[in-house]
Amino acid sequence: MEQPSADTMIAIEGLAKRFVLHHQGGAEIPVLAGLDLTVRAGECVALVGPSGVGKSTILRCLYGNYLASAGHLWLRHDGRMVDLAALEPQAVLALRRQTIGYVSQFLRVVPRVPALDIVAEPLIADGLDEAAARRRAADLLSRLRIPPALWPLAPATFSGGEQQRVNIARGFAVAQPILLLDEPTAALDDGNRRTVVAMIGERKQAGTAIVGIFHDEAVRDQVADRLFDIAAARQAA
Amino acid sequence: MTGSGPILTAEGLGHDFGRRMAFTAVDLALWPGEVLGIVGESGAGKTTLLRGLSAQLTPCRGRVLYGDRQGRQIDLYAQSEAERRLLLRTDWGIVHQNAADGLRMNVSAGGNVGERLMAVGERHYGQIRARAADWLARVDLDVGRLDELPSSFSGGMQQRLQIARTLVTAPRLVFMDEPTGGLDVSVQARLLDLLRRLVGQYGLAAVVVTHDLHVVRLLAHRLMVMKGGLVVESGLTDQVLDDPQHPYTQLLVSSVL
Repeated sequence: MEQPSADTMIAIEGLAKRFVLHHQGGAEIPVLAGLDLTVRAGECVALVGPSGVGKSTILRCLYGNYLASAGHLWLRHDGRMVDLAALEPQAVLALRRQTIGYVSQFLRVVPRVPALDIVAEPLIADGLDEAAARRRAADLLSRLRIPPALWPLAPATFSGGEQQRVNIARGFAVAQPILLLDEPTAALDDGNRRTVVAMIGERKQAGTAIVGIFHDEAVRDQVADRLFDIAAARQAA
Repeated sequence: MTGSGPILTAEGLGHDFGRRMAFTAVDLALWPGEVLGIVGESGAGKTTLLRGLSAQLTPCRGRVLYGDRQGRQIDLYAQSEAERRLLLRTDWGIVHQNAADGLRMNVSAGGNVGERLMAVGERHYGQIRARAADWLARVDLDVGRLDELPSSFSGGMQQRLQIARTLVTAPRLVFMDEPTGGLDVSVQARLLDLLRRLVGQYGLAAVVVTHDLHVVRLLAHRLMVMKGGLVVESGLTDQVLDDPQHPYTQLLVSSVL
């Protein structure tokens, strides 16, 4: 890669992603090709484009949930740039613990695990002791207006908005220097949307590099420093 | 996670039964605290591979290295039979699919747990009994049934007793073959929650063989997919399940009910 500036946190180079469906006649679905994107510390980039253009796919590639078909995914980890696309699974797990936070569109967790534990889990995995992790989890859930009566319950029966707030609390629990947000405010009411916008702003202040998908234009205008139009980028390439 | 290297390594591992290949060309590295799931259809060679990894069957090809507590890499099948047996008693644990294979059915529940402690040199009867009772509680078994025979337990209880017997000696590495196989769905769920909790609590490394993708989604950090004795795909569990590459893995993932 070219010499990155000191505050470059993410440098995507020539990312391609295509899906080959072996049991549907070997159909090939090319989603991304030749995609370049650089994100600096403290910057929030909003991915825009019509549904199906590959916004979530970019986030999933950056989290190592999808394999890149080609290209490099440089991320600043422990003070140096590492290519996630070339890492062993073991190293990807370390990146997720320390470097990349991810709020997925839907909460997908182990059933039967209480909300408080879901939020505390990444903190404990990152080395915090259990009591401190639970305190921090409780603070986050309080801030996101999840009533304490719900904390010991598994979120399977929660409303969509409550599940999403548990998901946000989990994704924000460890303040990783890179944060990926997939529609974090889609199911939230005004008050909670304002809270999440404020939380995103605080993380930017603290130097977190954020890549997000925000269909809500008001939210997008408040948090994004820059829009990245995937369709336009594809035509330019 | 320690920096001392993998706890288990397989290099070019393979085994044949006569002229029939059971599995071949398997390479893997398991790190301390990591859970590896091995999935595939029956006959794919999963269980034979597990036996080859865990000193239960000497493979025809390749070698298995164990990273011990002192940070040494021990060539498993270059060791004597006695040294391997010692390892199985002290550092490793095996959870069989059929609890009866891992338990002694004519010995009390407490005796089953205590026996493993005696095998590593514990002699004080009171302490053995207290630790057996403690472990019964840790796997959510009624301590009041310490003196009952496992044959009076349900399938799920027997499996939890087998887990207590396996973990009482604080192994670093556990091998599990279909740990939830043959149990009712609600019992499976409780057992999985228990395993997940224990693996996290004690930082166990584990190799889990199963045909059930729900089991690996819950338990395993990494996944290996086997077909016809070959590893056709491997990677992080969520990546393999959400973005499967190999035709067989795609079939497996799309077949989940």
